[in-house]
Amino acid sequence: MNNSVLKIILSFIGLALLQVLVCSNMNFMGELNPYVYVIFMLLYPVINNRFLFIFVSFLLGYTIDIFLDSGGVHAAASVFIAYIRPLFLKFSFGAAYDYQSIKFSAVEFSRRLIYFLLLIVIHHLILFSLVIFDETKTVLILQQTLYSSIFTLILCLLFSSLFSRKEI
Amino acid sequence: MQQLFNFFIKNKTFVLFLLLFSYAFSLTIQSHEYHQSKFLNSSNQITGSIYGTFYSISQYFNLKKENRILLEENSRLKMSIFNQEKVIAIDTLLDYKYQLQPSLVYKNSFALPNNYLTLNKGQNDQIKEDYGVITSKGIVGIIDKTSKNYSRVLSILNTNSRINVKLKKTNYFGTLSWDGESPEITQLKDIQDLVKLSVGDTIVTSGYSSTFPPEIPVGSVESYRLNDTKDLYIIDVKLFNDMRNLEHVYIIRNTDINELRALNNSNE
Repeated sequence: MNNSVLKIILSFIGLALLQVLVCSNMNFMGELNPYVYVIFMLLYPVINNRFLFIFVSFLLGYTIDIFLDSGGVHAAASVFIAYIRPLFLKFSFGAAYDYQSIKFSAVEFSRRLIYFLLLIVIHHLILFSLVIFDETKTVLILQQTLYSSIFTLILCLLFSSLFSRKEI
Repeated sequence: MQQLFNFFIKNKTFVLFLLLFSYAFSLTIQSHEYHQSKFLNSSNQITGSIYGTFYSISQYFNLKKENRILLEENSRLKMSIFNQEKVIAIDTLLDYKYQLQPSLVYKNSFALPNNYLTLNKGQNDQIKEDYGVITSKGIVGIIDKTSKNYSRVLSILNTNSRINVKLKKTNYFGTLSWDGESPEITQLKDIQDLVKLSVGDTIVTSGYSSTFPPEIPVGSVESYRLNDTKDLYIIDVKLFNDMRNLEHVYIIRNTDINELRALNNSNE
């Protein structure tokens, strides 16, 4: 089996377990949880075909939904950011994306930060809109999105610099 | 037809995205309604065993605290036996109407609007849907899905949860539900404004449903206000249970439940 395929499968399983067993039980300051599995969608190799990528993202989100009994909220949010990812790759990395030669470990920190931040915020916004699912509680949705995004962003940046040599 | 196929092939990523997104969305909508039946949940074999493996590691961190809770409960039960005048023969235990089965909480959540627990007892232990779940301090929820070895509990911290409870002092009953805000406070509705209330009153289960026996403690009145039409109270109930820290729970098996069900069905 191809080495990079194996890496993707391992990170899929690893991130799903990390999310449901550890991260979803953190409950920082009462009810704040990071959703670190997003890093899978963020760092998925750019060269691979999008069709498979969207499907794999759905599978990851759905796996987490089954564990957390949350219906389809993670699946929906994951599929969405998987679909719109190229747009943000182009926005954040510009020319490098056009040549499909992005190495996430090699790009400068500020660009990576913007790329992570935008996708994480969108993911969390969809996630919490669907979780709370009540238009009268918009403030709560925005609040949860803001706090959790910061939490997730910090953890994702830590993870990506920890494993940057390996290029997930 | 050819054009249609061409369109799909050209936009296959978008079509896939739309398909998966709408599927996930429909799952979400179903999860906001009571009794989503056909879909996978955390009480299946795979998720259950993964949670179980992790639980056997993490349980060591709470041993001291759990020991203390069990000791407290033990001493309370001993006390009630010692202070009882009538002696209970041990063989009458066999035909009790309600039977308790101890169980472990493999997964618990309280931060979402719809929370569920996963327990390590299932159909093989004669656990069925609609059985009640309690701890030594108060109620936890109602079993809503079972598999062979695991079951899922609809927590009282779920916006779909409805439990019949009453005021211990005056016996007025109402419905306990949750607004999704604080994991310590639930709401009791449908109590008429004629009823005298005071902060600190105890709320217990009513026993009108077959799920919970009567007089199981639930919580105490934290505050109360009238609803919009000014005829019913909305009472904030502070739960006796700390729903954030659950490990040992009891599943209540009502041995009459089948008979009651048959009776209810024959009425319809």
